[in-house]
Amino acid sequence: MKIELYANAFNPWEELNRYQNTHALQGRVGAACVFVGTMRDFNEGDTVSAMYLEHYPEMTSAYLQKIAAEAQQKWPIEDLVMLHRYGQIQPNDTIVLLAVWSAHRESAFAACRYLIEELKTRAPFWKKETLLADNSSRWVQGTLKA
Amino acid sequence: MAITAKFFASLRESLGLDESRIALSEVNTVAEVWDQATQGAQMPPNTLMAVNMEYVTGDHHVKDGDEVAFFPPVSGG
Repeated sequence: MKIELYANAFNPWEELNRYQNTHALQGRVGAACVFVGTMRDFNEGDTVSAMYLEHYPEMTSAYLQKIAAEAQQKWPIEDLVMLHRYGQIQPNDTIVLLAVWSAHRESAFAACRYLIEELKTRAPFWKKETLLADNSSRWVQGTLKA
Repeated sequence: MAITAKFFASLRESLGLDESRIALSEVNTVAEVWDQATQGAQMPPNTLMAVNMEYVTGDHHVKDGDEVAFFPPVSGG
């Protein structure tokens, strides 16, 4: 399992490749489900030129660990990866990489979905975007738990 | 005997308040920590609260050394 916060840009596919090559997952897993969240260059009708991703470091780490542990309790997961950016972000940068390996697809899909939905409502990150038109910035409306 | 209150994102900016130390003798609950730290500012709807990195509600009792955080709904991922 790997759960980490990154201050700098990363390539999710290289991360996955490296992880798969250094962890003995072969044979045990029949399904891998991957979610990659990327920064768009538009939001609410405006062109966005950059974003600052603030977080509450100690609580963010604690919650990523907690959400991962919950997913492991709910589904038979062989392994998982959660990588999340913070700080200054550019359009097309990866914000989050989630990967779940399991024996079967049902649990891989369900657990991966759980990780992203819980992360989006419970992990303390806040996006502040800069608009291309006038270089002004605004906070992105957060997601309330249903 | 004190409590640390922390504010994040749009809340930090609108209050102009990053972190504040509150004497435990002044407060019993998280809601009272807010009142004391912000000098009675109205709490925006949907404000989230945490004590020592766990989500709580305003009626949660605080104790010496607690870290209390206030922040808007989260927007990661």
